[in-house]
Amino acid sequence: MYWGIDIGSTYTKICGIDKNLNIIDKEVIPTIIDQDEIVKKYLSNKEVKMLISTGYGRDMIKDALDFPTISEIKAHSRAAYHFQNSADMVIDLGGQDCKVIKLDSNGGFIDFKMNDKCAAGTGKFLEITANRIGLNYEEFSTIGFKADKELSISSMCAVFAESEVVSLISKKESAANICYAVHDAIASRIASMANKFATTSENIIFTGGGALNPFLIHLVSKKLNKKVTASTQPQISGALGAALIACEID
Amino acid sequence: MSVHEHKKLLEELGVDVERHAKMMEMGYEGYKNQFMSQTNRPKAMEYFDWFMSEVQGQRIAEINELRKNKKPAIGAFCIFVPEEIIVGAGGACFGLCGGSPATIADAETELPRNICPLIKSAYGFKLQKTCAYTQSADFIYGETTCEAKKKTWELLNKHHPVKVMNIPHMKREKDLKMWKEELSEFKEHMEEITKKPLTFEEMKNGVKIVNEKRFALQRLDRLRSMNGSDVIPISAKDALFITQISFLDDPIRFTQKLNDLCDELEQRVKENNSVYKKETPRLMVLGTPFALPNWKLHTAVETSGGAIVNEESCIGHRYYKDNVDIDEIKDEDSLMEKLLQKYSSVDCACFTPNTPRIDKILQMYKDRKLDGVIYYSLSFCHTYNVEAKLVTDALEKEGIPALVIESDYSPEDAGQIKTRVEAFLESINFKKMKKN
Repeated sequence: MYWGIDIGSTYTKICGIDKNLNIIDKEVIPTIIDQDEIVKKYLSNKEVKMLISTGYGRDMIKDALDFPTISEIKAHSRAAYHFQNSADMVIDLGGQDCKVIKLDSNGGFIDFKMNDKCAAGTGKFLEITANRIGLNYEEFSTIGFKADKELSISSMCAVFAESEVVSLISKKESAANICYAVHDAIASRIASMANKFATTSENIIFTGGGALNPFLIHLVSKKLNKKVTASTQPQISGALGAALIACEID
Repeated sequence: MSVHEHKKLLEELGVDVERHAKMMEMGYEGYKNQFMSQTNRPKAMEYFDWFMSEVQGQRIAEINELRKNKKPAIGAFCIFVPEEIIVGAGGACFGLCGGSPATIADAETELPRNICPLIKSAYGFKLQKTCAYTQSADFIYGETTCEAKKKTWELLNKHHPVKVMNIPHMKREKDLKMWKEELSEFKEHMEEITKKPLTFEEMKNGVKIVNEKRFALQRLDRLRSMNGSDVIPISAKDALFITQISFLDDPIRFTQKLNDLCDELEQRVKENNSVYKKETPRLMVLGTPFALPNWKLHTAVETSGGAIVNEESCIGHRYYKDNVDIDEIKDEDSLMEKLLQKYSSVDCACFTPNTPRIDKILQMYKDRKLDGVIYYSLSFCHTYNVEAKLVTDALEKEGIPALVIESDYSPEDAGQIKTRVEAFLESINFKKMKKN
């Protein structure tokens, strides 16, 4: 068995594949304290031929289980290639980060853009706003389709953007319209990152928690005027990419 | 740490001794963990380790000994401040504390949140009275290189004497004429402190001393990046630290110690003794300076399997690249002219246009056989942030891999920066692999 462990800021994703690259085992668990011990325990009764860790906590696990680490960028590129080998761009929206990766034709990457320290334009901001409006994330990620007004949020900072949301609530704007505004702001940021590549990409894969949000994908696709496809099992995409590379290295 | 031995002096300087001691202990712990734990370090780093342990102890005592003898002690934040003139007057020119996140909250009681961390950190050190250099300065010499700085001087002047040098933002003849007058006025300010005229010979001597220091730094630069082989005899962190303290130490002693180190590095190159594994990607960092103790990016690169062989910043190449040519100089006016020539060749982003910087970067990339560059900029440093576009466009045209990072002094984004650096190194390694 080949393993990929993606320790993110919010969730730890574990993915095990066999030598035919079939997913045999997968797990998503909240990232808490001493996560390396939890992962070690999880793998303790399993066959580990090779393991690669990625994500924010990749170095932490390296001390517990001495295997190589790779960046999330590399992991996501490899997973996108596995999912669709003609893909030439990956958009990954996670809890704290947003990345746009330009791929080459062999599952590697040519270049990438990533947000600087800032929560506006990341999954965390969507989560905060959903809470504000009193919707669960699932409702929040589809209700925007029902918007009848194209409201916008101009603030670049999540904290200020949240107060713009509060002011929209006080103006009695509908949940659908507020939802539209918030998604539109994030989609604009993603699109401007993607456009920095002056892209000719035709085959764009959306991955990470953001790929579970159909309305967001719809807006990004509209802004880029390109077809954007959600990857299958987007949450474990980084872990899968790491496992695939583990298999290649072995 | 010997700050306790210097308690009386620090009290006289108005330093908040207790808070200062705590900060220095923390700083020195950080240094020990990040620097002294490195393996295969050159032996001559011992001096620089010693300097760190005395950075706000013995060196402060030395500066205040000069002051007792009516020699100028000038604190500065910029390489436009002509240290040659200060050294010529027998005084000390030193960079003030400004690279720590620990003073920023205090600074924000008076300064806006959204200006650069360097200004906020430095201002906070003055409010906290936790930097013995700031407390030792007869004047803080400010300059007009950016909007935030030039307005900050007015506020800072309420807490400490500040003089300001007007640096033009263009290099036309009329701008340079004004600049030369500013240099003469600077000299007069030194004379106000020494209470005697500064002679031509004294000034020339100052230039000689600082030239020697720059020669030594250029030598270190060559040994790090231009020996034409895979051998890099010193870590990026050590080299950065040396450059950081070139703004603090006595210039003559510093030059001698750095030359000793360079002798050892030369020997290491001969013996193929590198601190990095073979084929480690060679990077250059461009942009805003790394004020002590900002080691964040260097740490991220070195723990991700990369080597930084040059810093194209003010605490780096921009500081030491040019010497003042004084061979044929016979009088004060021509000396001032030569000083002006040197300072106006600084390719700071405050100038418009600033194309020599781009040409220099492209040349350095070739000369140093680099694999990529990281454009590093502090948040809200508008000139370098905006210029990043011009620079990266030029790099892209040449097919040079570049990564742009904007950050501040807080440790929060260290993980994110490491991810980006690692991915950047992976892409460089991938390209190299394909080439071979």
